[in-house]
Amino acid sequence: MKLWLSRILEAVLTLWLLATLCFFLLRSAPGGPFDNEKTAPPEVQAALNEQYRLDQPLFSQYAAWLGDVVRGDLGPSFQYTDYRVTELIASSFPVTFINGSAALLLSLLIGIPLGVWAALRSGSKLDRILMFSAGLGLSIPKFVVAPILILIFAVTLKWLPAGGWNNDWQSALLPIIALSLPNLAYCARLMRASMLETLSADYLRAAKARGFSGARLLFRHALRPALLPVIAWLSPALINVVSGSAVVEQVFGIPGIGRYFVQGALNRDYTLVLGVVLCIGTAIVIINALVDALRVRMDPRLRDSF
Amino acid sequence: MRIILSMLLLLTVMPLSAQTLERGNGPEPSTLDAHKCPEVACGNILRDLYEGLVANDGKGKLIAGMAERWQVSSDGRTWAFYLRPHLKWSNGEALTSMDIVHSFQRAFTPMTAAPFAEHFEAIDNAGEIMRGEKPPSALGISAPDALTVVIKLKRRTALLQLLTLPTAYPVYLPAIEKFSAQHTRPGNLVSNGAYRLQMWTPQSFVTLERNPNFREQASIANVRFHVTEDASSELKRFESGGLHITETLPPQPLTALKQKFGSQLRLSPYLGSFWLGFNLTQPPLKNNRALREALSLAIDREKITRYITGFGEQSAYALVPPGTADYSPVALNWSKLTQAQRETLARKKLFEAGYGKSNPLEIELRYNTSTPHRRLSLAVAAMWRDVLGIKVRLRNEEWKVFVNNRKQKTITQVFRGGWIADVNDARNFLSNFQSDNVVNWSGLNNRQYDDLMQQADLASSPQQRAALMQQAEIRLLSEHAVIPVYFYVSKHLVDAKVHGFDANLLDQHPSRFLRLLDAKP
Repeated sequence: MKLWLSRILEAVLTLWLLATLCFFLLRSAPGGPFDNEKTAPPEVQAALNEQYRLDQPLFSQYAAWLGDVVRGDLGPSFQYTDYRVTELIASSFPVTFINGSAALLLSLLIGIPLGVWAALRSGSKLDRILMFSAGLGLSIPKFVVAPILILIFAVTLKWLPAGGWNNDWQSALLPIIALSLPNLAYCARLMRASMLETLSADYLRAAKARGFSGARLLFRHALRPALLPVIAWLSPALINVVSGSAVVEQVFGIPGIGRYFVQGALNRDYTLVLGVVLCIGTAIVIINALVDALRVRMDPRLRDSF
Repeated sequence: MRIILSMLLLLTVMPLSAQTLERGNGPEPSTLDAHKCPEVACGNILRDLYEGLVANDGKGKLIAGMAERWQVSSDGRTWAFYLRPHLKWSNGEALTSMDIVHSFQRAFTPMTAAPFAEHFEAIDNAGEIMRGEKPPSALGISAPDALTVVIKLKRRTALLQLLTLPTAYPVYLPAIEKFSAQHTRPGNLVSNGAYRLQMWTPQSFVTLERNPNFREQASIANVRFHVTEDASSELKRFESGGLHITETLPPQPLTALKQKFGSQLRLSPYLGSFWLGFNLTQPPLKNNRALREALSLAIDREKITRYITGFGEQSAYALVPPGTADYSPVALNWSKLTQAQRETLARKKLFEAGYGKSNPLEIELRYNTSTPHRRLSLAVAAMWRDVLGIKVRLRNEEWKVFVNNRKQKTITQVFRGGWIADVNDARNFLSNFQSDNVVNWSGLNNRQYDDLMQQADLASSPQQRAALMQQAEIRLLSEHAVIPVYFYVSKHLVDAKVHGFDANLLDQHPSRFLRLLDAKP
């Protein structure tokens, strides 16, 4: 209990530091939310500044914003004036969460077996082909993969929509594939390396000498320790999915939270960017805690260090 | 887990209907509050949701809206609009002349911060209300009876064109009072146009359905405006059959597009002007007309429109685009010279300005980050280098940084400019160079120009108004306060199934004038 309390305190402190840093960094960027091609007349500008508290000193604005956040209100969006930031996040986060989770799951479901398979046939032609493909998957950026997928499956074959979001699996499939490819490739390579290392461990050689079957050796004794690096990698993989979602959501026109990162920053939509940062930051803190818990459960040696 | 389950439940069906017009609409609309709409994306949707006293039809022609007819006094300053009987809001309630008056009063209140309200400054007391000097009730718009709205002006203006702007749409005040900013949500938004709001998924789409309380039934039952921020992705969505109309086109060779899309490719003149601006408040361009003239003459507009922009744009030698209502284009003598003659003159002017081999000029051209702007800036820099032998520093900046620097007028020299008309009126372009205008990025402070524009505002007839604005434009061009480069074209792909999509200068295509070939009523 004490351990969890201290982790929660740590998380709150981390999020506060993150939000504070972002607040002042954003405000130091040149240009403001109402700077546009067709600049508003001074009286309109003044009314807007008053509505959004921009007429107050910076520290007062910070204190007021922080007070709102504590009360659960992330403020009004500067760009999408009909919405509160909380509403925008509530509608976009589930989309990114579903797509991101599906992409990560797909990476694990395909990457782990491929990695194991390549490790068992280490040095073979198949291993080399698999690892070459994984290298390719890792090196091609998402903004190249996504249009290629659209060109093949939407424009040429017309099997799936080229973009847009209809709350159905058809509009989710291509973005999930585009999002999962680099993680899938990395997962396969990581699993292969980890499995090779595990397979050469003394205890496995001893078990083999005692006549344990190949399948028993693999699934009962080798898979669990070999999975540990993959589990530790889940946190960076998640961050990769979130950062990658900005590109994928833009190309496919998906209403996810990733797009708000880019658009919020470009539009100087201060409250929106801060809201998204807090939301993603919280998600990462929670996922990190869950991954740590899973690692401790899988590896008894770690129990003392937590 | 609950979120996952609820999302899985949502993964049901929402099939494309033959009765739904799928329109690409560019970026997410920033608002659906008619008075607060600042950009094209919300304007397109609001034109379907609302109707003003007058409207534009599919060809851009001014037609009757809520008002079936109107009358103007001989001095052009008192307008009486006679409403159609039985006007209704989309919730079935009667829409009266008082609703229209109150709506205008709300539009000009400072707290509304309506971005286009300043265009209506000619209405009696509108400016004072916007500046908070008078109460909204002092506005020069009244309703002598339930079917008449009278608008009093303090000077002549293109009122009918202005009344097509979203700022002039009637908004349903009870919903605004009850829901505040959330009055624009489906279920809360009450409008008076051919369509009403059905669904709004931020960053994805806005769906409209026929308004049963509108006097005419629109041919297409539903319209879905898709957020299509990336033009390349929008093109692919059109190719795959997901869209009937695109908002724009990505830069691509025109021949290939024509070959691929044939008659589906629609290019037409657009009421917009692209120019390069000069910062007239700082050296070296301040008080140096010869230098500005040299820079302007050295640019080969024909090459730019043929090889750089490439969508059939028209080379510009003036600011106001051809086709602007009640206005004849002006042209200065140098525009009639050949490019070779212009270049010879440009070198002469550069020498006159005090620059040459012994005193070489280095100048900066600033633009906002975008591939088309970069291509154009590179071409202009090459022309200036080849013709005038000057060194050009190109500086690209992120959008907000760029607009901020341009507004400050401290570090800019030559910069990317341009204007898309809000209304079909020459004043919309020319007023941007009046010394007290907030978008006077050049910092032009020319007494004669300001006087001519003020006289145009006070003109006794439309013809006199146009003549004075022409004189002002000639003054602006003679000063070489700006380098006109080209006039825009609108670019769309329109599915062969869509009928009634007519070219017009404002590039406005209200859905009620469109038909879908395979649509069932």
